[in-house]
Amino acid sequence: MAEIQENSGGGKKKKGGSKQKKLSVHIDFTPMVDMNMLLITFFMLCTSLSKPQTMEITMPSNDNKITKDDQPPVKASQAVTLVLAGGDSLFYYEGLPDYKNYQKLKLTTYGVNGIRSMLINKNREAVIKINELKEKKLQMKISEAQFKKEVSEIKGGKNTPTVIIKATDNSTYKNLIDALDEMQICSVGKYVIDKYSPSAEGLLIKNYRAKGAFSR
Amino acid sequence: MSKVKVARKSTRIDMTAMSDVTVLLLTFFMLTSTFVKKEPVTVATPASVSEIKIPETNILSILIDPKGKVFMSMDKQNDLEESLIKVGNEYGVTFTAEELKKFRISTTFGVPIVKMKAYLALKPDEQDKVLATFGIPTDSTNNQFKSWVRAARQTNGPDLRIAIKADQATPYKVIKSVMTSLQDLRENRYNLITSLKKETAK
Repeated sequence: MAEIQENSGGGKKKKGGSKQKKLSVHIDFTPMVDMNMLLITFFMLCTSLSKPQTMEITMPSNDNKITKDDQPPVKASQAVTLVLAGGDSLFYYEGLPDYKNYQKLKLTTYGVNGIRSMLINKNREAVIKINELKEKKLQMKISEAQFKKEVSEIKGGKNTPTVIIKATDNSTYKNLIDALDEMQICSVGKYVIDKYSPSAEGLLIKNYRAKGAFSR
Repeated sequence: MSKVKVARKSTRIDMTAMSDVTVLLLTFFMLTSTFVKKEPVTVATPASVSEIKIPETNILSILIDPKGKVFMSMDKQNDLEESLIKVGNEYGVTFTAEELKKFRISTTFGVPIVKMKAYLALKPDEQDKVLATFGIPTDSTNNQFKSWVRAARQTNGPDLRIAIKADQATPYKVIKSVMTSLQDLRENRYNLITSLKKETAK
């Protein structure tokens, strides 16, 4: 390919030239390859091929104009409050906070055996439905758009729990993401990140740690 | 004289084919590459099962390091410049054309606005060194973070997306202050950048 052979003419070239020297133009591509390899290495090292994942969240507006009346009330039977405490510990209680019975507040862990099994139990109906939908989607029975629509319908259904996530100052960002992650795994559609108040949840935890010494 | 003639073979390898391949690969990498942004602090994002990819352009990313320092970056250079002018106006600092030009090429910024002039006067390699020691103030008395977000939103319009990239060991206290600042600005929708983890409900 890179050789241009000139076979026409031969012999010595003279001033009034009738004869030409046999020329073979041989281009050595080795330096070119070297340089290309270098450039490739550079590009390979400098690119980020995998794009990072994201999680989309919508926070409640803290607009003062929104009064209590505008906020839809949550049924106490379906509310679960997660309290993310320091040292990777996780507490939860169902319904309203109970300052009398410290055992209403339960200590659990992040992951499969802890919070997930509890949430899946609470949300069993929706989880089963969504798994069925996923199966259908895998078999190409329904389209992506339809899948999304049905998922959001199931998640917004009547008997799904509402999770309130309250993080203490000692918890880390990882704890928060883990908690949000569980919402996704357990197909919880209604969840909110709320402010932690030391006088309410803090007291509950204190009460729990003291085994009911602060019960009122 | 009769000797067995050994055919002289050239040991040259034709590099043309090799060169073709390398050029092809190079073209591929050049076209698909998005460069890794230079970040002043290394951040290990927590893993999640979320599979939504982040959009490529028009992002205001907020970088939070484990100690709670906040840095920001934007991908459009023109908007970067305008935001700087706006924030500068707010705090009574004006920048020369040269300083603005220097600011345009910085990928990540995060210096208190009063120190911005001194920072921009430094050489690029010195800038990298000192940047990690600064961070945008987010405390309630001197919340320049808010000004930056507001300025970015004004210059960029409603299409700008906000993405928070925080280290997994960052205390929630810092995240909370960033989130409440965003809430105050009525920025209620944003993305949290995570890395991929595979797990499904059983």
